[in-house]
Amino acid sequence: MDLLTTLEAGVKMVILFGGLMGAAAYLVLVERWVAAWIQDRLGPNRAGIPLTKIRLFGLGQPIADGGKFIFKEEFTPGHVEKVLYFLAPVVSLTAAVAVFAVVPFGEVEIFGYRLRLAVAPGVDVGLLYLVAVSGLGVLGVLLGGWASNNKYSLFGGIRSAAQLLSYEIPLGLALLGIVLAAGSLRLEEIVLWQAQTGLWNIFWQPLGFSLFFLAAFAEAGRLPFDMAEAEQELVGGYHTEYSGMKLMMYMVAEYLHMILASFLLVLVFFGGWHFWGLSGGEPAVAWPTALLRVLILLGKVLVVIWFFMVARWSWPRFRFDQIMHLAWYVLIPIGLVYVVGAAVLAEYGPDWAARLGLSLPLFMAAANWTIFLVVWVAAACLVPAHYDNRPLRGPIRPQAPAPETIP
Amino acid sequence: MQPNDPQVRWLKEPELGWTGKVYLPLFVEGMRTTLRHLVGPKLTVQSPEERHEIPEPLIYRGVHRLNRDEQGRVKCVACFLCATICPAHCIDIVAAPSPWPDRDKYPESFTIDELRCIYCGMCEEACPVQAIELTTLYDLTGKSREEMIFDKEKLLSVYDQTKDAEPIFQSWPLPAVSAEQENAQKK
Ligand code: SF4
Ligand code: SF4
Repeated sequence: MDLLTTLEAGVKMVILFGGLMGAAAYLVLVERWVAAWIQDRLGPNRAGIPLTKIRLFGLGQPIADGGKFIFKEEFTPGHVEKVLYFLAPVVSLTAAVAVFAVVPFGEVEIFGYRLRLAVAPGVDVGLLYLVAVSGLGVLGVLLGGWASNNKYSLFGGIRSAAQLLSYEIPLGLALLGIVLAAGSLRLEEIVLWQAQTGLWNIFWQPLGFSLFFLAAFAEAGRLPFDMAEAEQELVGGYHTEYSGMKLMMYMVAEYLHMILASFLLVLVFFGGWHFWGLSGGEPAVAWPTALLRVLILLGKVLVVIWFFMVARWSWPRFRFDQIMHLAWYVLIPIGLVYVVGAAVLAEYGPDWAARLGLSLPLFMAAANWTIFLVVWVAAACLVPAHYDNRPLRGPIRPQAPAPETIP
Repeated sequence: MQPNDPQVRWLKEPELGWTGKVYLPLFVEGMRTTLRHLVGPKLTVQSPEERHEIPEPLIYRGVHRLNRDEQGRVKCVACFLCATICPAHCIDIVAAPSPWPDRDKYPESFTIDELRCIYCGMCEEACPVQAIELTTLYDLTGKSREEMIFDKEKLLSVYDQTKDAEPIFQSWPLPAVSAEQENAQKK
């Protein structure tokens, strides 16, 4: 690795890290606005430039929040496992940030030099790396819960770990189907493939999309899947014992999870930087188009994030057994069906399409939509309408003796 | 209580219809409600620039006042009913023989700890002579705890301040009910 490459990577890293932190801070503000509007309130609109009357719609709020977090007392309870307690949020945040290394923003050609807009461009195992490293985040959560030495934290950590591990599987299966269809693990190629055909994956992979969508929601730990820190049940979940900067690291990590889920959805299913008639389909372009592509990508990501925020107030939280049931009894079998279907279609699809005299994309879309509808209806019929988690009826303890029999 | 207790009634959860089983219709339903509120009218009152509008001043429970009678004297007869009923024990009255001929006692000192008060309005209901009332003043602030213990002068001044906007509510004696009205009520 020569000096120039290192320098380039360094600059990209700084930009990405700064961008992510800024985005997380301002998304908190946006989330508070959206939450307030949905609850018929106005939301934070006061914090502007300090010591003046200028309010700027409350855009100063994230800076004020950050300042507050930094100067807050950082309390370490006496009963914690010191080393792990300090390590846990760092692990969480590191994992959450490291994932973004392979997220591609496109390619730009300046003076004959092809600059690839990703911290680690062209990683052959891009998707694998993504799933693996984002799985590391569980470790931070689990460590935090364990090190806090508090039963609520531990429960929160364990719940979270169980949930994240369960939903990694449907997530992986959904991605596997796409990888089979696209024939590459590199995110750049998956995006390029969608851009060149102009056919985003969501249009002809509805089953993969719904699987991925649900699993990504659960992975991000957002309502309706926010078991890990269900405030009403577990005090605060795994970060009950954390305060100050350490708490902020957890919060930021959580936000980054959501941003990552949105990026993945956009890259894998919504065509990445592609938009019909605007971006073109060549891999590398001059800077104006490249800039436009980045803006398109960010715009799409913002829409998905906005949906995450609205969803939070739209549906009630699942019970924990329902979440596990959904993962193991519904999503994983569907995922297996999907992967097998995708493999069969990838192998025999062209043949069958030729025999039926249909064009390949049309045949693929028709086949996938058929599978989707059949699977969805089957799941609706097979899945019980409600899950009863009450104790079994009947005596669970011997009956109290009747009064007459007592001497 | 055990699950097999005879007093336990076991209910069956209502079954989901096909909309619930397929999930998507309910999904859309929830989304629609949220989106409607997202763009709907907002209820926030931008205090302190805008003032909260009190819909029914008569039943609003803000800062207390001690009412005056027509001659400007304190109306209270020091019967201690309010101090007795107050669930927060925040009314303190010192009674003295009245200098006026129309009553036996009057409050020499009358203090309410506004910080302890829970603004339940029971004192107002208990008072037999409509001497204590809760006004619509709600933004009550002070720099010390002592400042928030209102004495008789302060409470009377609250009356002077609010008497035009909120005249004393006479609930007693009750308006005379005619025989027909009474019969109508009985039916
Ligand atoms: S409003 Fe309730 S708590 Fe307050 S002084 Fe009257 S009786 Fe006591
Ligand atoms: S109930 Fe009325 S009259 Fe009696 S002490 Fe209280 S304020 Fe005075």
